[in-house]
Amino acid sequence: MSLLLLIEQVLNGLQFGIMLFLMAAGLTLIFGVMGLINLAHGSLYMVGAFCAAAVAAATGSFLLGLVAALAGAAIAGALVELVVIRRLYDKDHLDQVLATFALILIFSEGTRWIFGSFPLFLNVPEFLSGPVTLPGGIEYPLYRLTLIVVGLLVALGLWLLISRTRLGVQIRAGENDREMIAALGIDIAKLYTIVFALGAALAGLAGALVGAIQSVQVGMGEPVLILAFVVIVIGGIGSIKGALVGAILVGLTDTLGGIFLPELLKLVLDPSTATSVGSSLASMAIYILMAAVLILRPAGLFGARA
Amino acid sequence: MKFTTMAAAAALAIGLTSAQAEPVKVGMITTLSGGGAGLGIDVRDGFMLAVKQAGNPDLEVVIEDDQRKPDIAVQLADKMVQSEKVDVLTGIIWSNLAMAVVPAVTAQGKFYLSPNAGPSALAGKGCHPNYFNVAWQNDNLHEAAGAYANFEGFKNSFILAPNYPAGKDALTGYKRMYQGDVAGELYTKLGQTDYAAELAQIRASGADSVYFFLPGGMGISFLKQYKDSGIDLPVVGPAFSFDQGILQAVGDAALGVKNTSQWSKDIEAPANKAFVEAFQAEYGRLPSLYASQGFDTANLLLSAMAKADVKDADAFRAALEEADFASTRGNFKFGPNHHPIQDIYVREVIKEGDVYTNKIIGKALTSHADAYWSECSM
Repeated sequence: MSLLLLIEQVLNGLQFGIMLFLMAAGLTLIFGVMGLINLAHGSLYMVGAFCAAAVAAATGSFLLGLVAALAGAAIAGALVELVVIRRLYDKDHLDQVLATFALILIFSEGTRWIFGSFPLFLNVPEFLSGPVTLPGGIEYPLYRLTLIVVGLLVALGLWLLISRTRLGVQIRAGENDREMIAALGIDIAKLYTIVFALGAALAGLAGALVGAIQSVQVGMGEPVLILAFVVIVIGGIGSIKGALVGAILVGLTDTLGGIFLPELLKLVLDPSTATSVGSSLASMAIYILMAAVLILRPAGLFGARA
Repeated sequence: MKFTTMAAAAALAIGLTSAQAEPVKVGMITTLSGGGAGLGIDVRDGFMLAVKQAGNPDLEVVIEDDQRKPDIAVQLADKMVQSEKVDVLTGIIWSNLAMAVVPAVTAQGKFYLSPNAGPSALAGKGCHPNYFNVAWQNDNLHEAAGAYANFEGFKNSFILAPNYPAGKDALTGYKRMYQGDVAGELYTKLGQTDYAAELAQIRASGADSVYFFLPGGMGISFLKQYKDSGIDLPVVGPAFSFDQGILQAVGDAALGVKNTSQWSKDIEAPANKAFVEAFQAEYGRLPSLYASQGFDTANLLLSAMAKADVKDADAFRAALEEADFASTRGNFKFGPNHHPIQDIYVREVIKEGDVYTNKIIGKALTSHADAYWSECSM
């Protein structure tokens, strides 16, 4: 195992983690501010990818596709908040889970009804395709590097939004005491719609960015959703910083575990057993990480409340 | 989602044309929603096209969606056997679902005709007189790819597949025929969509070729990322990552890739030409190998119905064994374990106008049977 391969794999883990962060940020924001468990977050990721694929196919422009993904997911998120989610805030978590699970089914079948059952085409734009050579001679796909940069910029933007703007103050206040900020004259209903649409837009952006190198198909959001939940549990529910750290931890654990566990086991087992046991262990690695974090810090790494 | 189709109800007025008066009820359990829906829809559409063409009023088909979940498939099978009283079951796409359903229904005396999944466990020791596979045994297309790798002179292949039974069958099948060395062997997570880590390993392995079995969306992701990674090694795969349904989503990244299949739309059999034309006319798209498998399954069933009464299981089984129908594959018959003996081709992905599709460039294996038939005693 050469150093170059190791660095490349760390970059891969970082890129995976950053994309998870875009999903987890919205999820943790919505949970932190509104106390809502939104299982349909993965559907908004899918909506973003389908909007991007449809618009990119119609206009030939990937960037317009990205704009469409942001707008489409934000609009879908706002509509869902106004029509369904609004009725769920005072209900317990089980009702929220049931209702948002129903939304997953509605979104999936709705998407299939509009776009058909076959995956859509969305490709990396010409100017971002192919590999670049990094210092040290590592060949790395330019698009994945771009994903890392975009994700970090979004993280920075979110941090500025939350810590430096009036909306951010309201969001933080809403996390602490929602009755009080309502009493102070802030339109809490509008705030919730905005936060939900913001979270949805982030998910849609992630869907579109990842859709270009993966497949744009019905049900693409659910596997990511599960990982995003793992991320926010590790990071601490409601914490954006926790989501970023948790996402990168999960990304690195998943990527590096998949490579090193089989290699490590080869020292003690024969190769084919090592490969199969190693890959099984690797798929458990992030859940073991989650369990370990929960034992040491039950509220997650940056969680405010238990 | 449920539709009960009385095949060509209008034809009832004409009266019974077939010698057998006993109607046959078929239960189709297949994947019609969620991520794997494209495959099930193609099997269903191919099957129903043959049913419609036959216009046999004695054939009734009940279709249900298994959502790609083994527990739901088992429930549906119970319902079809107990309350719908079907005589024949068919439709399952995925090997893990087939393993959950097939042994139970054949043990109850029903016939099962597989239009897709062919797990090795059901071809060898677990074979059953009432189980017929009309598609392939899981290893077959991979064996053909191994044979093709020898033909191309690959000496050091990197091979990968998802970590589940059909993935293991795939790499076993490839290695059964392939004579070179293995530069690396990876089992990825089922449903994984990011292959950056695997691609880095391929790049570092010094392989001279790559063989992958990643059906459906996994294959789309892999091919797009492979192209973007700048790795310049020849890739070979089975047809499952290059079928008509997903090629359009892969786009240019698939062009020129060789893949192995028992069916292609340019097989020179009259039945195949007629099938491709009829399918396009009926559904407005090109058929995939899954559609051809559904079509062949229905025609096999219809051929047996013309010869025997389904209530007479021994006679009906003998009629199925004859495989007396015009297959879209041309050369087709059953081996002793009721799995196909057929030719397997090498295809290349090309672009016809705006549509990505496959053309045959050679035959990898002729009259190929699976490796497990000798373990089957029935």
